[in-house]
Amino acid sequence: MSSSAGAKGAPIKSVDLHVGEAAPGVKKVDPIIVADHIKRSFGGLTAVDVEHLEIPRGAITALIGPNGAGKTTLFNLLTGFDKPDTGEWTFDGQGISGIPAFKVARKGQVRTFQLTKALGLLTVLDNMKLGAKDQSGESLARALFPWFWRKQEAEIEARALELLARFKLDEKKDDYAAGLSGGQRKLLEMARALMSQPTLVMLDEPMAGVNPALTQSLLDHILNLKTEGMTVLFVEHDMHMVRHIADWVVVMAEGKVVAEGDPHEVMANPAVIDAYLGSHHDSDLGDLDTGVITAIKELADDDADDIKH
Amino acid sequence: MIDWILLISNAAQEIISPTTAAYALAALGLAIHFGFTGLLNFGQAGFMALGAYGFAIATLTFGWPVWAAILTGVVASIIFALILGIPTLRLRADYLAIVTIAAAEIVRLLFTTNTFVAVTGSANGLQGYKGGFAALNPLLLFFDERDLLGFGPWVYNPYDWWVRIFGWGLVALAAFITWRLFKSPWGRVIKGIREDEDAVRALGKNVYFYKMQSLVIGGVFGALAGMIFILPRAVVPSNYQTSLTFFIYAILLLGGAATVFGPIIGSVIFWVLLSFFSGFIARAVEVGWLPFLSNVQAGQLRFILVGLAIMLIVIYRPQGIFGNKKELAFVK
Repeated sequence: MSSSAGAKGAPIKSVDLHVGEAAPGVKKVDPIIVADHIKRSFGGLTAVDVEHLEIPRGAITALIGPNGAGKTTLFNLLTGFDKPDTGEWTFDGQGISGIPAFKVARKGQVRTFQLTKALGLLTVLDNMKLGAKDQSGESLARALFPWFWRKQEAEIEARALELLARFKLDEKKDDYAAGLSGGQRKLLEMARALMSQPTLVMLDEPMAGVNPALTQSLLDHILNLKTEGMTVLFVEHDMHMVRHIADWVVVMAEGKVVAEGDPHEVMANPAVIDAYLGSHHDSDLGDLDTGVITAIKELADDDADDIKH
Repeated sequence: MIDWILLISNAAQEIISPTTAAYALAALGLAIHFGFTGLLNFGQAGFMALGAYGFAIATLTFGWPVWAAILTGVVASIIFALILGIPTLRLRADYLAIVTIAAAEIVRLLFTTNTFVAVTGSANGLQGYKGGFAALNPLLLFFDERDLLGFGPWVYNPYDWWVRIFGWGLVALAAFITWRLFKSPWGRVIKGIREDEDAVRALGKNVYFYKMQSLVIGGVFGALAGMIFILPRAVVPSNYQTSLTFFIYAILLLGGAATVFGPIIGSVIFWVLLSFFSGFIARAVEVGWLPFLSNVQAGQLRFILVGLAIMLIVIYRPQGIFGNKKELAFVK
């Protein structure tokens, strides 16, 4: 299940992740998250209603679906940022349903946000150091006495500088995070998440607002996470990216998981096309959401590319 | 003719006055709340009132020694912080602002009401609680209590010097603690919370607990400030109105909200300016420079002038005196 860059630069995909036929809620060989009956409604609207979902360990899983499908809500529920009406789920075999977000993070499941949350008036280096877990200097009583935490602080700083160098942010280390570009902030947020040495990294739209020049490096960083043994779950609208790096795709629509599977198979699935276009796409519904049209065009382009090669 | 030497020497006295120290310490507590953590505490006057009354009531009603009286004020402010924080710190920042402003008024009105007159002295307040503190004065080992010590404008009796030494000693200790805290990983978490608490939560920090710690520390500073405040005067409930909180905010913004020395220097500047303007206007009315003003009106004019001075500083140096201009470029 390990991956490294293939001969032509294309990433090696992890395969054989599931047991039996690829269908919504299919069993995985080695799941890291197992969720059951997760339901969350806002007033009359059911945002998430997932019967059963397993996320494979050591692979990159994409969570896709049209706007309003409940992807981010599911993310918030799994990370403790929101509480479901019903449902329970386990992470790494431990039940974590209903526990607060900071405890979820401490267990090794770390997330980023759709709207990047760089801590603007902290320096880039301080942003990074904040990510490290189990810092004794973060307790009020010990904070007053530097000799308790100076050594650990030096170790954390060394690790932060190493990660910053990998993300090519080392020259910015003393700048305020607010002074970084949008793409650099995304990189910083991801690097900061890695400071906590997570087992599962959850990225909410890692490509949103990133300029094309940075896209490739972000993709490489995500692929590297897998190489280093981490599991990745990400929400994304960019279909090129999903095809390029995802080993497994979960498609949501109207709060439900409507399809699962290998990226190429899943995108040919009629349920997915329905989800994006609506099941009445042959009848005239007036103007389509431009985002949907773009997504469909990208899918078509990708298929055309595949045929050529 | 206006006696400029007198005006300036009166203003110079404010530099080391215990009131300046009290405002500096209260502003430092507010810097922890507002400047470093982003907590909108509009009830610092309430914390000061609890410190002052806690000290005075423990001394007068229970006859406790000074250390126990100080502890009473501190414990009262911790309980107050917990009562304010437990329901509101999980909510958005504005809820704390509303709750603190109301709670501080409740505290003041409880001390004002006649119901508890035997303990609180109602609107007349309390006095006669200074004996224990005065007896601890180390200067009395060397001087008689009627001696006048000092030089220039700063000539006081040993009690007044003891109040100043104690007050500024507390300010120095609090400033040192604050400086240490915000150089530590603990301070980093707190500043992270100010920027975005969800991001900090996602990194595995118990944001609620940190905010509570910050509220308690700043509140204890406020309570200690309240104790310094009453050493040169009596405890009077009308001193703890909402305007007190806003003066402390003015001091904080003047010095720089997320700094350690800003609130202290801000307090000095505030009181020197206030004293100078009030002296100047009073004399100017006396010698007929401001014929359109009565003496009563003149008393109010000083606040207008102080307001003007603060406005100028905020316009031309919005980050405060000690603040970092670079930080300001990114203020949303």
